[in-house]
Amino acid sequence: MANPSAPRQKGIIQTPEERVKNFDPVVKGLTAQTAKAEAQRCLNCKNAKCSAACPVNVKIPEFISLVLKDDMGGAASKIMETSLLPAICGRVCPQENHCEGACILNGRFEPVAVGLLERYVADTAREQGVLKAPEPSAWTGKRVACVGSGPSSLSAAAELRRAGHEVVVFEALHDYGGVLRYGIPSFRLPREVISKEVETVQAMGVVFERDVLVGASVTIEELKEQFDAVYIGSGAGLPTMANIPGENSVGVYSANEFLTRINLLKAYKFPEVDTPVNIGKRVAVLGGGNSAMDAARCAMRLGPESVTVVYRRSLEEMPAREEEIHNAMEEGIKFEFLTVQKEILADEKGRVKGLVCTRNELGEPGPDGRRKPVCVPGSEFTLDVDTVIVAIGQKPNPIIPKKTKELKVTSKGVLEATEFGETSLKGVFAGGDIIRGGATVLLAMKDGIIAARKINEYLGVGNDY
Amino acid sequence: MIINTVTDKKQLSQDIARFEIYAPKIAAKAKAGQFVIIKHDSDKEGERVPVTLVDWDADKGTIVVIVQAIGKSTAMYNNLKTGDRFTSVVGPLGMPVEIKNYGTAAVVGGGVGIAEVYPIAKALKEAGNKVISVLGCRTKALLILEEEMKNLSDMTIVSTDDGSCGAKGLVTDAIQKLVDESNKIDVGFIIGPIPMMKFTSILMSKLGIKPYASLNPILLDGTGMCGCCRVTVGGEVKFACVDGPMFEGDLVDFDELSRRTGEYKDKEKLSFDLYKEKHICKSGLH
Ligand SMILES: Cc1cc2nc3c(=O)[nH]c(=O)nc-3n(C[C@H](O)[C@H](O)[C@H](O)COP(=O)(O)OP(=O)(O)OC[C@H]3O[C@@H](n4cnc5c(N)ncnc54)[C@H](O)[C@@H]3O)c2cc1C
Ligand SMILES: Cc1cc2nc3c(=O)[nH]c(=O)nc-3n(C[C@H](O)[C@H](O)[C@H](O)COP(=O)(O)OP(=O)(O)OC[C@H]3O[C@@H](n4cnc5c(N)ncnc54)[C@H](O)[C@@H]3O)c2cc1C
Ligand code: SF4
Ligand code: SF4
Ligand code: FES
Repeated sequence: MANPSAPRQKGIIQTPEERVKNFDPVVKGLTAQTAKAEAQRCLNCKNAKCSAACPVNVKIPEFISLVLKDDMGGAASKIMETSLLPAICGRVCPQENHCEGACILNGRFEPVAVGLLERYVADTAREQGVLKAPEPSAWTGKRVACVGSGPSSLSAAAELRRAGHEVVVFEALHDYGGVLRYGIPSFRLPREVISKEVETVQAMGVVFERDVLVGASVTIEELKEQFDAVYIGSGAGLPTMANIPGENSVGVYSANEFLTRINLLKAYKFPEVDTPVNIGKRVAVLGGGNSAMDAARCAMRLGPESVTVVYRRSLEEMPAREEEIHNAMEEGIKFEFLTVQKEILADEKGRVKGLVCTRNELGEPGPDGRRKPVCVPGSEFTLDVDTVIVAIGQKPNPIIPKKTKELKVTSKGVLEATEFGETSLKGVFAGGDIIRGGATVLLAMKDGIIAARKINEYLGVGNDY
Repeated sequence: MIINTVTDKKQLSQDIARFEIYAPKIAAKAKAGQFVIIKHDSDKEGERVPVTLVDWDADKGTIVVIVQAIGKSTAMYNNLKTGDRFTSVVGPLGMPVEIKNYGTAAVVGGGVGIAEVYPIAKALKEAGNKVISVLGCRTKALLILEEEMKNLSDMTIVSTDDGSCGAKGLVTDAIQKLVDESNKIDVGFIIGPIPMMKFTSILMSKLGIKPYASLNPILLDGTGMCGCCRVTVGGEVKFACVDGPMFEGDLVDFDELSRRTGEYKDKEKLSFDLYKEKHICKSGLH
């Protein structure tokens, strides 16, 4: 019998005092016993609201019942029918906006911990050696190139390979995974998990080439000649700076730089590794999204006296994942809400010595329904900080559109594409942050799958595989 | 041949080594003024280090880079041998230099900058320019590519700080002298230490010569993703790795560049000291 009123399982969580001293996973995940207990809370709904609210419609009640039957291989395959990177999604999806937010138990009880169950299934199936990569169909004779190795290209590549095409992924960096690798820290998403998911795609026969910057090492035109279709999943890797005076002072990082040093190049282990990162005594992080939370929490783990997040709206409007905001607060990170940066002050050596801010109040709702922050006159004050990390957003990297004149971009710099990922250039498709300008892992994956199916049609092989 | 293999390594001076690397895709695309980022993981994650494409041979599929050992990573590279492999070589990165017939071009290289300016000098010569090369370094033992530069230039001036080779003095003295001797120069391309690029740019604009300087901020990805290579040119923020590295020298904020390249001095020293303790003493180098 289902037992929805039982307490929601949380996994083993490192205490805040412990975890700010390391980069190990904050949540250790469920055990066989707690996973079963959590699975038992699910009502196995007929018209499952959770599945409907998941952007890729993971068959949630179905996989949860397989957990109860101890069939981890079956449960993993069930999830992977629609989501190819379950160990990742279980960890980084904003579940409160999707599956868990829609769970029928909400209101009376706490929702089923779908994310934790999903990652438990993927991890355990992998440990038991029963996680099966989808079987590729017979070779279609077609070749497809995927640009970038973030979640969008990874899922497109897997889907295309499954249809039987030869697929090559080209990645500009020296390691695969996109933001998963260089942006999201190991205490949220262990590096081995990314590597394992990539290996699964490799095991399907997808070929990976690193150190290839498309647009420089090879052009889209050339890829079009060498391949029958091209999928661009190059992400939103261009940091938005705050454009305030003093931003080029020593001690100002973009979140991309700070996170890349720490997550891609492991600078938190310096001097054991060769890439350094600096952290001052008092750190300010500008922004309120996932990047800001990740930058603040990475900063905290490098041992400064204080880390303060400066966000121009209020807590309710913060776009970061709920769990991460909660974790950040527990870890002792301070928040200055309704506050906006004006200027970075530097000493005579050009090093950051302060951040001038003003206070906002919330005004009338804007076109997006969110109340617009308005500056309070005379509210200027200075935060005493020596490091500033700018995490106020990112835009698509312009390298590819600049070198490919026929590719149309919108005023926001994102590639123009139909809902199926078709760009203005025949045979070239795109998805993920390069067309959305910054979204979520799951939406990027979903784009990859939808475009892959459109590519199948374009190549005349259909989607019956 | 496996990609990224060092097909030939030569020591050019005590601290400067020349590497020919098998990288056919890069060799097919390279243009003067572009660079690659190389990485070498020993037992641990290595750094991403930008180095200029000095030469390339599309038929052989090789590129040439010339590296001066000034810290941990570059010292480690200089201990590599023919047959060793870099973990990563990515490129060609950055904007190529605009090559056309400017008339007379002064090509100014300081230290290892001589290697970096060599491909530009070569391309300018091929485009019909009169090329005057001005090569500066501390002392004779550090002078590299003198023959190669002489062979392609219409005129070559060497100046050393201590007078051990060529004229004693700075490259700015040499350029002033050239102009005083009524050599008409239309454009300058300068690569070397920041103070050298700064003062040469100032002098050139005073003399009515348009200066271009190749900036060397700290780089990370080299693809425009991180913004760590921010420089200020004409009051605007540019990313050196994608907008440069060559910029109008008279518009560059060199003082800011200098401050920003010093960001990790203490850590770089620590890393180098630890490396020397472990490797260089043992292998008897220095
Ligand atoms: C710090 C941070 C934390 C985040 N946290 C979350 C989270 O918790 N949950 C969530 O759902 N979303 C999160 N997001 C958003 C999410 O990561 C992105 O929406 C998602 O990664 C986009 O996937 P993508 O495949 O489109 O692009 P990316 O992940 O950006 O991958 C693009 C890849 O393409 C490569 N590339 C770029 N240009 C080229 C080129 N010219 N040639 C070859 N390769 C190229 C890049 O190097 C990169 O590896 C976060 C984002 C950031 C920055
Ligand atoms: C576009 C460009 C082209 C270059 N071409 C050449 C070349 O052809 N030959 C050559 O010998 N050197 C070249 N350099 C400089 C070279 O990248 C640095 O000397 C090297 O990174 C130093 O690394 P290290 O660990 O040995 O020394 P470190 O001790 O780490 O650093 C010594 C100094 O090098 C600079 N530096 C450190 N890390 C970086 C980095 N990641 N990127 C850039 N500079 C850094 C800093 O100013 C630092 O103070 C170039 C730099 C740039 C930006
Ligand atoms: S993929 Fe994400 S949104 Fe969908 S069920 Fe899994 S955790 Fe929930
Ligand atoms: S809505 Fe909740 S209870 Fe119903 S199937 Fe989904 S997870 Fe289970
Ligand atoms: S090095 Fe990262 S943007 Fe230039």
